Amino acid sequence: MHSNGFFLNDVAGFLGGYYAFIAIMNGIAALVLWRKKDATTWAFVWSVFAGIMMIFASLALSGSKSMVPILPEAIRGLVNNLSGPVLYTLGTTAILVVLYVFRKFFVQPMVAWTVLNVSLLLLGLSMADENFAAIVMKPDNVPIVGLVYLLAFFTWVATKQAVVNDERIKQGLPVIEKVNDEKVLVWPDLVYTELICMIAVSALLLVWAIFLPAPLEEPASSVKTPNPSKAPWYFLGLQEMLVYFDPWYAGVVLPSLVVFGLMAMPYLDFNKKGNGYYSIEERKFSYLVWQFGFFELWITLIILGTFLRGPNWNFFGPFEYWTPYKVEVLNNVDLPQMFWVQWLNQPLPRAPQDAGLLSQIGYILMRESPGLLVMGVYLVALPPLMAVTIFRGFYAKMGFIRYMVMSNLMLLMLTLPLKMALRWTLNLKYIISIPEFSLNF
Amino acid sequence: MAIGETIRNSQIWKSIFRHPMPLDRRNRIVVMLTNFFLHLHPVSIKKQGIALSFTWCMGGVTFFLFLVETVTGVLLMFYYRPTLEWAYNDILALRDVTSLGILRELHRWGAHAMVITTWLHMYRVFLTGSYKPPREFNWVIGVILLLLTLLLSFTGYLLPWDQLAIWAITVGSNMARATPILGYEGPGSQLLTIGGIDMITDGSDARFGLLGARFVGEETLNRFYVLHCIAIPLATALLLAIHFWRVRKDGGISGPL
Repeated sequence: MHSNGFFLNDVAGFLGGYYAFIAIMNGIAALVLWRKKDATTWAFVWSVFAGIMMIFASLALSGSKSMVPILPEAIRGLVNNLSGPVLYTLGTTAILVVLYVFRKFFVQPMVAWTVLNVSLLLLGLSMADENFAAIVMKPDNVPIVGLVYLLAFFTWVATKQAVVNDERIKQGLPVIEKVNDEKVLVWPDLVYTELICMIAVSALLLVWAIFLPAPLEEPASSVKTPNPSKAPWYFLGLQEMLVYFDPWYAGVVLPSLVVFGLMAMPYLDFNKKGNGYYSIEERKFSYLVWQFGFFELWITLIILGTFLRGPNWNFFGPFEYWTPYKVEVLNNVDLPQMFWVQWLNQPLPRAPQDAGLLSQIGYILMRESPGLLVMGVYLVALPPLMAVTIFRGFYAKMGFIRYMVMSNLMLLMLTLPLKMALRWTLNLKYIISIPEFSLNF
Repeated sequence: MAIGETIRNSQIWKSIFRHPMPLDRRNRIVVMLTNFFLHLHPVSIKKQGIALSFTWCMGGVTFFLFLVETVTGVLLMFYYRPTLEWAYNDILALRDVTSLGILRELHRWGAHAMVITTWLHMYRVFLTGSYKPPREFNWVIGVILLLLTLLLSFTGYLLPWDQLAIWAITVGSNMARATPILGYEGPGSQLLTIGGIDMITDGSDARFGLLGARFVGEETLNRFYVLHCIAIPLATALLLAIHFWRVRKDGGISGPL
């Protein structure tokens, strides 16, 4: 896809520095562990790893393309063949669930460090693939790689403290934040921390600005549509939702609901515990709902929309060339079609040619009755049903209005994963399809 | 050190700084109370409230990036004209001709970073349960600030006027066309007719209001420029002030009761 020159200059050169950085990072880690004296085995492991990374760095800088370490062709092909929206979604969900369930294991510094090193190594080996590099190294996509690592790091920081706090709460001890409540003066302790943060951020930003030029493509032309046309990266989760919903819902109603839901959150969460310290056990429900919304329905969709959606918004494996000629079968069916035609074996109800407006609406309602019934049950019948079953305690504590707001917000949030599942299993396009009023759901 | 002391004892110095150097405990307290920029802070704070493992410093970094964006943004305005004739060329000149054209890189990467740090700040506030009483309302303001941050970034995305810009904004703003009732392709807009004439057309719907035209063109560039440089930053600055004020009034940074 690219000339050797591009690859050797931009990618291989970058990889040289990248592997050297990992080597230095692990060298420092080994030194710190060695001086602590209680983890000499780990110190040995990381210094060996640092050595290997130095060899990788010199191979990447060798000036010969074939020497740059790369993920074996067979593995890349396998990943390309296996990957698709279904596996991606289920896979990321599975990873997040495993991380959550075994969080006590994963927060251990050496485990986390291993995971970090493995992910950095895999990223490096993948970068040597030209198709992968072309997407990941697009200037505007670089922040998302940063976001992924920052999120992973801070989630680790938070979870580590939550695990300690949860253990302490179980033993009847005060949380760490409480132990550390001695007062200090803001000058110098806080103002200097702020100053150091400002300098660090400025330095980082300057380095970023010096080494990565801001993108500038051809001059704007309203007649030349690029394929794919993508929104700015932070809206790509919304663009990905367009696969499953019409723009009025994916682009307008759902985002508004996200904003409304976030604002409503402090008024819906009646749990007084877990205020001002890291804890998971004390607020499991709100924690899981948040992480599901944030990671599953926002971050992973952004990553999918940025890195894995190519021309015509088709799915491409991470090492696949973005060809505009990829063809995907479009065999999605609407629920009315399924109900009347496939199951009842009769044509869709249609108003006679000369029918008045009311009669036409009557026919539309009849045609859409299966979908309307499904949505009616989902949004109207489910909340009271849940109030007397699984959310009984919630309902009692929250009262009618707060409970209804919460349950409806949650059900609306779940429309996305449910619609995804229905699409994958039944090829369902719309549950309700009223093109007469541009109302498809 | 005599020179330093002479300066610090001079009338000019004393007229600017209302307090002696914060070298002892008393003056370290006084400096926080008497300095305009520092009085945002309390005088003393719980040790855990400034621990980086607790705060991640992400709110502070976000604010700092807002300042960076303001300064670099004002400087960029010297070099940039929001018209079809000049917009793209001015950006080209920033890249190829202007000394310190790196301003544009600082501005763009700072903007991306600000979106990320806003999310991380929000994530931290959630994970420590800091949105709980008495800080509910400040969380709500924070959500609006998040929205404004995204809008700042979105409106700025158009200004380079290259293919990346115009099509990202086209894709993003096409959503407005589907706004229920108010977008001409949105559900229910067909119902707004008076005497057989549609009230909601592609020349009067929500998207038209956003773009100032039926497609992303010069009117849009002007509109987004004004929103990006004046309207949204002013709204953000106001809400930031309230956000910080409420942090103090709601009992400072959160901690276990």
